[in-house]
Amino acid sequence: MAKIIIPTPLRKFTGNQATIATNGRTIREAIFDLTNQHPDLRNHLLDATGQIRSFVRIFVGDDDILSLDKEETRVADSSIVSIVPAIAGG
Amino acid sequence: MREVKLYRNMRDVSFSKAELERYSRHLIIPEFNIEGQKRLKAAKVLVVGSGGLGSPLLLYLAAAGVGTLGIVDFDIVEETNLQRQVLFGVECIGRPKVEVAKERLQKLNPHINIITYNTHLQSSNAIDIAKDYDVVADGTDNFPTRYLVNDVSVMLNIPNVYASIFRFEGQVSVFNYIGEDGTQGPQYRDLFPSPPPPGLVPSCAEGGVIGVLPGIIGSLQANEVIKVITGIGEPLSGRLFLFDALTFTTRTLKIAPNPDTPMITELIDYQMFCGFTPSSQSNLEKVPEITVHELERLQNLKEDFQLIDVRETYEYHISNLGAELIPLDQLEKHIDQIARDKKVILHCRTGKRSADAIRMLQEKHDFSNLLNLRGGILAYADEIDSSLAKY
Repeated sequence: MAKIIIPTPLRKFTGNQATIATNGRTIREAIFDLTNQHPDLRNHLLDATGQIRSFVRIFVGDDDILSLDKEETRVADSSIVSIVPAIAGG
Repeated sequence: MREVKLYRNMRDVSFSKAELERYSRHLIIPEFNIEGQKRLKAAKVLVVGSGGLGSPLLLYLAAAGVGTLGIVDFDIVEETNLQRQVLFGVECIGRPKVEVAKERLQKLNPHINIITYNTHLQSSNAIDIAKDYDVVADGTDNFPTRYLVNDVSVMLNIPNVYASIFRFEGQVSVFNYIGEDGTQGPQYRDLFPSPPPPGLVPSCAEGGVIGVLPGIIGSLQANEVIKVITGIGEPLSGRLFLFDALTFTTRTLKIAPNPDTPMITELIDYQMFCGFTPSSQSNLEKVPEITVHELERLQNLKEDFQLIDVRETYEYHISNLGAELIPLDQLEKHIDQIARDKKVILHCRTGKRSADAIRMLQEKHDFSNLLNLRGGILAYADEIDSSLAKY
């Protein structure tokens, strides 16, 4: 049950929940479970082909999954997954 | 840590008695001392955007004694700015932000030089404006300018001290920083290779921001600017700091250069890059419209028509036209509440969401009696009823 931290701009799609516990052994499975639990998130996280969008970064602990095994990065029950979207306010 | 290259020779930098007294709390910090203060005085920092982030950033950089501050902003001070943009007061409404900022900062510190650019930073002027600066600090409020500031900093090979905010959340990083071993730190494009499509990520103007947040995040940004100039401490290069004011959670994540990031050799059309194409705007013209004056005439004639407000409930509470409230994302659930046998006028804040609503209702539910209120409730407030609050 990796814990995914939902950033402010996406919380309206999770009923304002800031963290969501997800099933799955990899990031791909955890994100799949997350978007099953909250289907409105799918369009914001994934493109039409199911890839994570380029203005959204995923971190496991402190590390960007691009520096690990990308979507196949393994997650444990204790993992904290951060979704970091581009925001532009100033 | 390696300090940035400054253009001025440190031997030419000296302080008056008033300056020595003013900066004495810096001068007595052992690792800062007069050398750090000299570097601040010699430095030229370009601040892009003098709004929420720019306000604390400029106040602290001016107070700290950064010798030359450049400020780029095309905006004028509005009532809606004052909840967070602490550089400005009520008496400044309607005046150019850079002009007011310069007056305020010069009063705060008469020993520094302030250069203002009352203009849009664009591909055509950005290199000319930024080329004499040692550091750029990005406090803008839109994606096209963020990519432009990044590309300028990469082309000029200067650090870009970045911060960004939304509602309760802030991000800070130092991009394009050259480390002690000479290696280049990551840039904004390494973190976000391409921007979100228009409309997907709301701006502060659309989504709101808690007023204290830019104070917190802009102050952190000012601290990073000072560290980068003086060479003290560890800059936030290769790391992204996140702050969630609602849960009081902070995280510092690792970021790295991305080998797939293209080489930046020239500035591009950033509006186009961010998806703001002329054709995406002309689509709006296809929706049948009505002006606020025509709406007022129908109201005065007591004609039978339906007026629907597609904004959110919290927006309705700020000001409304007495319309039936059906927020955009609930329209399809309440389709039977939308009349088909008479004129139906839809409105939102500016006319954009209601145009989207009409397009959806026409395409998916075969409506042919819908009209969009051009300019939304803002136009109604400007032209018909000045007692309505604008937001």
